[in-house]
Amino acid sequence: MSGFFDIPSDLQHSWTGLIGLHMREALLPVAAGLLLALPLALLCGRFRWLYPPVLGVTTVLYAVPSLAFFVVLIDYTGQTELTVMIPLALYSLVVLVPAIVDGVRSVPDETLAAATAMGFGPVRRYAQVQLPIAAPAVIAGLRVATASSISLVSVGALIGNQGALGNLLAAAQKYDRPELAVNAVLTMAALAIVCDALLVLLRTLLTPWMPRGGTARPKPAARRAEITPEGAVR
Amino acid sequence: MIRIDSVTKRYPDGTVAVDRLSLDIPDRSITVLVGPSGCGKTTTLRMINRMVEPTEGTILIDGEDSRRQPVTTLRRSMGYVIQNAGLFQHRTIADNIATVPRLLGWGKQRARERAAELMERVGLDPSLARRYPYQLSGGQQQRVGVARALAADPPVLLMDEPFSAVDPVVRKGLQDELLRIQDELGKTIVFVTHDIDEAIKLGTMVAVLREGGRLAQYAPPAELLSRPADGFVEDFLGADRGIRRLSFFPSSALRPATDAVIPVDASAERVAATGAAHLLVTDADNRPLGWAAREELTGGGVRTDRLLPYGRPFVPGTDSLRTALDCAVLSPTGWAVAVDGDGRVTGVVSQQTIGEAIRAAHTAGRAEAEAEDEKVAG
Ligand SMILES: Nc1ncnc2c1ncn2[C@@H]1O[C@H](COP(=O)(O)OP(=O)(O)OP(=O)(O)O)[C@@H](O)[C@H]1O
Ligand SMILES: [Mg+2]
Repeated sequence: MSGFFDIPSDLQHSWTGLIGLHMREALLPVAAGLLLALPLALLCGRFRWLYPPVLGVTTVLYAVPSLAFFVVLIDYTGQTELTVMIPLALYSLVVLVPAIVDGVRSVPDETLAAATAMGFGPVRRYAQVQLPIAAPAVIAGLRVATASSISLVSVGALIGNQGALGNLLAAAQKYDRPELAVNAVLTMAALAIVCDALLVLLRTLLTPWMPRGGTARPKPAARRAEITPEGAVR
Repeated sequence: MIRIDSVTKRYPDGTVAVDRLSLDIPDRSITVLVGPSGCGKTTTLRMINRMVEPTEGTILIDGEDSRRQPVTTLRRSMGYVIQNAGLFQHRTIADNIATVPRLLGWGKQRARERAAELMERVGLDPSLARRYPYQLSGGQQQRVGVARALAADPPVLLMDEPFSAVDPVVRKGLQDELLRIQDELGKTIVFVTHDIDEAIKLGTMVAVLREGGRLAQYAPPAELLSRPADGFVEDFLGADRGIRRLSFFPSSALRPATDAVIPVDASAERVAATGAAHLLVTDADNRPLGWAAREELTGGGVRTDRLLPYGRPFVPGTDSLRTALDCAVLSPTGWAVAVDGDGRVTGVVSQQTIGEAIRAAHTAGRAEAEAEDEKVAG
């Protein structure tokens, strides 16, 4: 009988290899989403009329199932990791833009007025005043994006075994080894928990200026956090 | 000098916040903009550093149109203090204060030293430097706000209701501190408030604005109190403007009487020689102990535990007639106790004497105003 960590050879990776692959496919899109979301949120904050249409477009994108993205993208990017990561990056963007915009908007007017009055230009003010104060909200968004990204990578199994740990789900059926499916689910859950813990730690490190303990004011929750329960596969 | 020249601000929604306002703001003094809520004070202040652009009119800084220099340069030459301080909650107190110096490219070390120097100047304990704003009281935060505005030593300070969110005791402390700092630094300060008492206390010149951003009166506080331009200003000044005006009359003309003051070891003959109904008893060091009725003392020997409290004394020359009158009103005998700077009794003053001094000051004030009017008319 083969063991819990014996991965069928056609997956071409060891268990730890799959973990590395999974993390790359899950986290690169989140990073790309963040990189895109930061300037987009700056523009949305600066030109208020821009926010509703951006929100509309991203919401529509979010409603598109990942499978539909794959079908379209596969003609251009083939059966590669990239095909998996592009939709994931878009999903991250959708979560992060509202999280950042809301976080930035929660900065008190007085603080903004003071920054402007001291001669901060718009970009400097965004980077040095608004974003640091919005850090808790941004990280709340990152937590949602990371968790859903980690679970969504598995869908890549549908296009030429690009699902990293998700491929174990298919292999479990193929070789009638249910323990592989359990392995996949447990490993993904563990990864999600570890990443989440790291993000919480990062928030603590980034916000020494927040009141600690019972008196902390409520952090603005990331939008849609309730719509996408962690681990939901679409 | 800052010259606001026929400036109008119409917001996009059509609200006229400021209507053809002209003001000359003198250098190195405190000019207060005061008026009811929504009368355009904040808008006016923000037009000076171009956080709000005027719809019409110009603002001249030392004779030059404020639009001639880059907006960030203009703003860094003007400190700005607002209600609730508007501190950067994510930066330490020292870093908050060092903001503008850092923007101007100062080195870390120099900016930090400057921050420490300013904390001392505004009366903040140096141990607060590494704290974050949430760890400070409202009054301390407001001091940080003032220090931050002063950090790059700007010639101009714009202050928008800086002290209105703190309790009256702290506010008084902050006001006194501002006056002291102003004595030392001589900034050109434009100060917005809706509190007329604050305006009168702090202002060298006071501009009273009415709804719609129109100027109702622009005058030194004493003139505002003695000659309000119209009913609006009079109403705004409130019912007790006569009493408040006394703050501007010195008490130096009062001549304290000494015959009603006796030392605690005075002889019966000495007591008998005085004519007053109440006598102020002083100790060996000539400090006040309290009041005694004359007939209680005629037997000789003073029972210090039976004395009436003497209340709060005033210092002729330093304190105003308002303080002197207040002391007299509060005194159980109706007489105010005058002391020198060291707290030694120089005499006592009756309400009647103070009343006469007030009438004399009014007469002198009227004559002065008439002379001024003639000068203007001629
Ligand atoms: N951005 C804006 N758009 C439209 N109207 C505005 C704007 N800012 C201020 N106003 C209006 O302009 C008028 C003057 O506002 P301003 O803030 O200058 O008053 P203020 O004297 O500072 O009042 P307060 O004492 O309440 O602070 C008000 O009627 C206000 O509603
Ligand atoms: Mg205002």
